[in-house]
Amino acid sequence: MDYSQFLALKQEIGLLIVFLLVFLYDTFAGKKSAKGVPVAACLGMLALTVYGFFESGAQATSAFAGMYVGSPVVAAIKNILNVGVLIVLVQSLKWANSEFTAVRRGEFYELILLTLLGMYLMISSRHFLMFIIGLETASLPLCALVAFDKHRYESHEAAIKYVLTAVFSSAILLMGLSFVYALSGTLYYSGIAAMIGSQMGVMLAVALAFVMAGFGFKLSLVPFHLWTADVYQGAPTSVTSYLSVISKGSAAFAFLVVLTQVFGSVYEAAWEWMLYTLIILTITVGNLFAIRQVNMKRFLAFSSISQAGYIMLAIVGHNAMGVSALMFYTLVYIFSNLAAFGVIGAIENATGKVNMTDYNGLYKTNPRLAVTMMLAMFSLAGIPPFAGFFSKFFVFTATLNGTDSVALYVLVLVALINTIISLYYYLLVVKAMFINESEEPIATFRSACSERLGMWVCVAGIIGLGIVSYFYDYLLTVAA
Amino acid sequence: MFSNILIYFVVIPLVMMLGLFLCRNIKQIRAVAVVGSVALTALSVWLLIDYLALRADGVSDPMLWVDSWQWFAPLNIHLAVGVDGISIAMLILTGIILITGSFASWEIPQPKEFFLWLILLSTGVYGFFISIDLFTMFMFYEVALIPMYLLIGVWGSGNKNYSAMKLTLMLMGGSAFLMLGLIGIYYHSAPEGQPLTWNILEIAKNDAISHGWQTFLFPMTFVGFGVLGAMFPFHTWSPDGHASAPTAVSMLHAGVLMKLGGYGCFRVAIYLMPQAANELAWIFLILTGISVVYGAFSACVQNDLKYINAYSSVSHCGLVLFAILMLNTTAMTGAIMQMLSHGLMTALFFALIGMIYGRTHTRDIREMGGMMQILPYLSVCYVIAGMASLGLPGLSGFVAEMTIFVGSFQHSDMFHRVFVIVACSSIVTTAVYILRVVGKLLYGPVYDEHHLTLTDAKWWERLSTATLIVCVAAIGFFPNFFIDLIKFTFSPEIFTVIGLN
Repeated sequence: MDYSQFLALKQEIGLLIVFLLVFLYDTFAGKKSAKGVPVAACLGMLALTVYGFFESGAQATSAFAGMYVGSPVVAAIKNILNVGVLIVLVQSLKWANSEFTAVRRGEFYELILLTLLGMYLMISSRHFLMFIIGLETASLPLCALVAFDKHRYESHEAAIKYVLTAVFSSAILLMGLSFVYALSGTLYYSGIAAMIGSQMGVMLAVALAFVMAGFGFKLSLVPFHLWTADVYQGAPTSVTSYLSVISKGSAAFAFLVVLTQVFGSVYEAAWEWMLYTLIILTITVGNLFAIRQVNMKRFLAFSSISQAGYIMLAIVGHNAMGVSALMFYTLVYIFSNLAAFGVIGAIENATGKVNMTDYNGLYKTNPRLAVTMMLAMFSLAGIPPFAGFFSKFFVFTATLNGTDSVALYVLVLVALINTIISLYYYLLVVKAMFINESEEPIATFRSACSERLGMWVCVAGIIGLGIVSYFYDYLLTVAA
Repeated sequence: MFSNILIYFVVIPLVMMLGLFLCRNIKQIRAVAVVGSVALTALSVWLLIDYLALRADGVSDPMLWVDSWQWFAPLNIHLAVGVDGISIAMLILTGIILITGSFASWEIPQPKEFFLWLILLSTGVYGFFISIDLFTMFMFYEVALIPMYLLIGVWGSGNKNYSAMKLTLMLMGGSAFLMLGLIGIYYHSAPEGQPLTWNILEIAKNDAISHGWQTFLFPMTFVGFGVLGAMFPFHTWSPDGHASAPTAVSMLHAGVLMKLGGYGCFRVAIYLMPQAANELAWIFLILTGISVVYGAFSACVQNDLKYINAYSSVSHCGLVLFAILMLNTTAMTGAIMQMLSHGLMTALFFALIGMIYGRTHTRDIREMGGMMQILPYLSVCYVIAGMASLGLPGLSGFVAEMTIFVGSFQHSDMFHRVFVIVACSSIVTTAVYILRVVGKLLYGPVYDEHHLTLTDAKWWERLSTATLIVCVAAIGFFPNFFIDLIKFTFSPEIFTVIGLN
């Protein structure tokens, strides 16, 4: 065995080192010095993120007989996830040191790093065995994370729901993959694609349906979304924010890779219309349910369902623009959603309030939080000049690139009309904070330093990512 | 980048916003608002003088001060700017209304936030008028729309939450169609093998949008902009929105923002897709014809002053789109004149209504009367505005409507002529609702004795209204100057493509 191929896994090894350092520190530190674990984890993640940017120019590599690949695209999406995880970790510092969590704060960081490792593998794999290992490494620690607030009943309930769906969806995915294996006799992406050719059969259709359903659960696409709202509501806010952006972003990218590289040749015959239906359902149902939510976390759960639909829209184009649009959308979505969760988390930590009616009159008492939340909502709704506008626009242009298909124009029109519905409920939040009056508004408070840092970074991203054209240009260069 | 004068129309508002952010008291805020908007107006007047001088020297480019800076290279998106006579006219209009709007909201509560949003809105408006790149144009268009939500929601009156949401969602709904239309235009903007472009001038030059795509994209863009131009049946945001908005916002929205619709319809929908415009114009002629007549009749039965004026705006803005769709030089010139005229006159109306409402705390004409005895200055201004609205010669409305109807009647076929006659009937209806208000509100006995203690206009109110009246009269007395300014854009080029006179 050629051990030098482990060098291709530099980012994974780096992450593993960070994980081990945090783990050892947490295990051997005394009671007093254990307080430093969260900060150590953040610093480690920061180092890894910075390191990742130096690695991003790397040439395409592969290891383990092609089961693992590294390329600028893969490095770019990993960097995007790194940035997101870093923000999540920083935002959770206050919560991690709170009364109930302090005992186990090390575990939170270790489990998060571990899931990230799984996502890395999932993204880099070009062989389904490797993919499943990555997927399971990513989802099992998440179950523990969802149950993290042991003292809260909802957290337990959410964890059970999450475990069952995760296992169930993995089973469905495996079922689909076994059909694929039966068809092609190999688990390599390229091998399967070669064996399938452009022939469409019943077996392949069933396999595709199972695979799509499996991914549908992971990405919470409608009609596989039913677990999302309860889990988002029950899980601790830091975990919810992680679930909604990082977990979703990595799964979306893996989905893109599987669909284009394995089933790319049967695009028109098989999965174009499946994806088409899924997208329309996901965006519309997610939006319509979001309108009625009162709990902010449930609200963002449904909003994230509909956002996932827009991410899927980038796959429909299945071209380089689509890949870059997906990555850019994920990047912007990370910043916008984390800004929203940052505000929700800060308010929850300070007052324990999570309902939209509690936000009435927030601008009068906490103007900065209200403005941050407003920017996040505008970005999620796609209002210029904030980054969300650009990411939506790039997704739409990618979908319509090089096609005169009426069906795709209709699809984009449906998505565009849905942005108006989504604008309605995002404006409801803005309305609560800026227009509504409240008899007992949330008292003025100063959020923790770490929370403010996280929000500042997110706001900078919301404003800068779109206007500065460098980010999109770079992603398109690596995707081409 | 900063060597081009046009970019300052976006830079100055941004600097103003920064200045407002640093302001500590109301005096500073007023100073920033007034100085900034005066600077913007001065800049546009300077642009106007320079433009006329250049045209007099025989410069014949379709747009002047054209410049373009690359933004998103892979999609060929530029920040491209350029203006012609129409854009300059719109820039001046925006400046005047911004100044008068600042004076009209002299004593607004929470002034800092209010002016921040108002200036953000005007950034969008200015950016829209100077852009010739479809993407940046659309971006500025949406920047201009979203501040309306908070401006109405926070500072509005009456059923403000409902109105703010309705207005925002309907206008954004229009922009959803618009966005699809613009992406469609981009992907068909150049012949096979040439780089695609968002630049309006290049797209017009390429003339590559096939006939089939034009018939799909023209309605998309026309409806998209038409929503903002209050085209029937997408006009319902206008009465509610204008009635609930604070004075300056009503002024800016009815005066300038609704013009974005007409301007966009002309500059994008008709300019880039003339064939489809020629074929499909009849559908939209019917719709805008309904706007004109229906808006006027609705105004007759309203009792709220702002509703009356909002429906009158629907009628007058419908006339703008109506004239644009006639696709001939005279009517289109009239349309631009009407945009200017309606912008000034409706801003004057809303300013006066705001001032009256600020004193009487009611806008219901049944609860007011005899204002001429109590508030002579404001009442005289109201009469002048009304006369401009119903088209008294010597004021702006007459010039604009006369040009529109003369131009429209040049069409020799029955369909167009019948519709022109129907639309003409709105002149009579306009007189009915204007005179009804003037009679009930200004003359007759004083309805409420408490009103006798009211005081007439303050200096900033006088300044604001007098400026607008001077402008309205200027258009009425010197229409040739404005027609000279815009005539170049309606040069034979675009009309030969369409195959009309």
